[in-house]
Amino acid sequence: MGLGRALLFRSFNMFLVLFATLFITVILLGSTFDKLQKEAIRNQVIDEVNQGTLKFENSGERLSYINNQIQLRSKISGLDQDSLNPSKLIHRVISVMTFDLGKSHFFTTDYGSSNVRDIIFEKVPKTLLLFTTATICAFVIGIFLGTYVAGKEGSWWDKSNSIFAIFSNSFPSWWIAMLMIIIFAFALHIFPARATPLSSPSDPTYVLDLLYHMALPLITLIIVSFGGVAYIVRYFLINILNEDFIHAKRTMGISRRKILYSHALRNAGPPIATAVGLALAASFGGAIILEAVFDWPGMGKLYYDAIGQFDVPIIIGLTFITTVIFLVTIFITDISYTLLDPRVKGN
Amino acid sequence: MQKKLLLGLLRSRPGIIGVSIIGFLLLLSAVAPFIIPIESYFLWNDPDYWINNPKTAAPSWTNYFGPKEFEHVSLDRNDAKVISESSGGIRVDNYRFEINMQADSFPDDIMFLYSAKYGDIPPVLQIDINRPDNNTFTVYYSSLPPSNNINTTFSDRIFSTNENIKEALNQYQSFFNYSISGLEPQVVIFSDTNNPNVLKGVYQISERFFLFDNHSSVEDAGLILGGKVFGIVGTDDLRRDLAVGIIWGTPIALFIGLTVSIFSIVIGLVYGVVAGYRGKRTDESMMRVNDIFYALPTLPLLILLSITFGRSIFLIIGFLLIFSWMGTAKVIRSIALQTRNFQYVEAAKLMGQSDLKVIFKHIIPQLLPLTFASIAIAVPAAILTEAALSFIGLGDPSLPTWGQILHDANTADAASRGIWWWIVPPGLMIALTGLAFFLIGNTLDAIANPLRNKNKRA
Repeated sequence: MGLGRALLFRSFNMFLVLFATLFITVILLGSTFDKLQKEAIRNQVIDEVNQGTLKFENSGERLSYINNQIQLRSKISGLDQDSLNPSKLIHRVISVMTFDLGKSHFFTTDYGSSNVRDIIFEKVPKTLLLFTTATICAFVIGIFLGTYVAGKEGSWWDKSNSIFAIFSNSFPSWWIAMLMIIIFAFALHIFPARATPLSSPSDPTYVLDLLYHMALPLITLIIVSFGGVAYIVRYFLINILNEDFIHAKRTMGISRRKILYSHALRNAGPPIATAVGLALAASFGGAIILEAVFDWPGMGKLYYDAIGQFDVPIIIGLTFITTVIFLVTIFITDISYTLLDPRVKGN
Repeated sequence: MQKKLLLGLLRSRPGIIGVSIIGFLLLLSAVAPFIIPIESYFLWNDPDYWINNPKTAAPSWTNYFGPKEFEHVSLDRNDAKVISESSGGIRVDNYRFEINMQADSFPDDIMFLYSAKYGDIPPVLQIDINRPDNNTFTVYYSSLPPSNNINTTFSDRIFSTNENIKEALNQYQSFFNYSISGLEPQVVIFSDTNNPNVLKGVYQISERFFLFDNHSSVEDAGLILGGKVFGIVGTDDLRRDLAVGIIWGTPIALFIGLTVSIFSIVIGLVYGVVAGYRGKRTDESMMRVNDIFYALPTLPLLILLSITFGRSIFLIIGFLLIFSWMGTAKVIRSIALQTRNFQYVEAAKLMGQSDLKVIFKHIIPQLLPLTFASIAIAVPAAILTEAALSFIGLGDPSLPTWGQILHDANTADAASRGIWWWIVPPGLMIALTGLAFFLIGNTLDAIANPLRNKNKRA
């Protein structure tokens, strides 16, 4: 498969999954969403009538006017149709993809906007900042550690690395997060327990404050993920180190170190990239919960709060954006496999 | 093959560790109904059930490591010395409780419990506290609230925050060398008169009921001194005994983990075998579907499903199933692809056996050992995902699960308040269970997985 075809194929797959997720979301939450929107329209109409200049003879006339208005506006927004109506589903999927989700009932941005799009887009950069920084750090530590222990197969270092990886795999990351708060915030007073910065975003020291508050979640994310990366790297490297061409290089007199870091690591690159990428994409869900534990003002915390308040527009929007991020991660993983694999490039 | 699997498991050290942990957990689940009252399972989220426990008390063994905190005391009529006497038509029922105070800190609160049957003339309750320094404080003297019906039992509890108790204690200021105004009653009662420290020794607390007619009677009397330490694991903000929650969480976690993994592996097995055995077009399209499921974001969709359809444990198991069969399907398919070219399979086909029969009689039995390994490996993921869902607040609200205990802890800010006993034990149980199944699965996999063995030999 050539590079272009592989790209095309992967992109197609990605969009297929994206639409599948969107349709599931809209089908599941559509009727609730409808109900909430109808309520919003009703409140709006009643507000207008109460503040407007229209005069009514009696309460019956007033009521019929309100009901008429509600029906009219519901029809315009397509609320009179069944929530599983195909044309409506497509309409809704498009509105989700453009983040046209209306207003949130419980949440606002730092600047007071209650538009769902504004709220979500305010949180996305903070999640990406935390998650990508942690991913890069875990990647670097994991690759070096994994390569190091692969060169010393069976040593004390190797064994403790495997044990560490097993432990970090079977412990819930959000539980580790709670322990970290107990140790570093409660007992040692090094970092704050709540990761939401105290100063306002317009403050000049806001960035520093943000970074200081990010430290504990960042350290926790790195701790829970680098062991797994190192384990994957070690696994593939050891397989490569047993191959004939490595033995041949060794007989040629190339140093062990050079073989390990340059020849073996390059050959193990593609499978490592795939496995690590998938593992990281899978850990993204855990990172969402981690945010809620640390009170880090990103999407995960918003998700957690929105579920608590049952704020459907926010939940739909967040599901969409997390799906996109998740799929992009997988996509990049797939592409990097194709790019790293010399056989594909040669074609 | 099955025998070889079992032997291999019991010969390896990780295997034995895993098996012993699971054995311990199974034992815990089996004895749970006998060692703790069964209603604590159903009433886990009912605050009334736990009212006699102390609030946010640390485990009692922490007393060995630091200052000796007051350990929770809960006494009922069986612990009391009951003396009944009557003179001049008045019957006096005296319930005397003995407390040996040896802690360095005061109790959190005091509750006097009683239940009585009486008619028009309510009995009078007098509470006396005889201290080790031989002073006797009368902390309460009042009639019970009027009742209209002689046949109903009236139960109530008097808290140490009661105004009558506070006023009564103010009379004893002259006994103390320092000002006791502003001190809590439970502090004053147990204080040394010379300095504001605990006066150690034996206290006798009597609840004396004066009954004025024959048909009045005292049904029960009790005394609760709220402790700062309680039980093996301690209590949470809602006064629940965390040890009980931990124990009840065990069978639930095992049930969720095993059900999800068994069913998902069976689905994956059938799916993978069909795809691998049929090959070509079927394989291609089935693997496409597999890829799509692989790429679905699990947690957000799980959240949506449980919001829409509900949070019962069986629904949650169903949701988890949707997202957990793909890995097995992929592995099984690649093995089935090889198996279908084996001679005995081809022979069976040539003999005219149906595809279904070939799959179930010849291919699946070959894959069984690997299936056992996969089941064990899949358990931790199921348990972790359920715990995560519970932690977000979408667990089955009628069950005490480890994830929900941690959810409550997180909502109550237990981590930043340093309430470690609310956080460490449930998480440790999740980790321990996951670890045990992982060790077993890994050991079995090393024996049974042909793909893995090939790598080893190289």
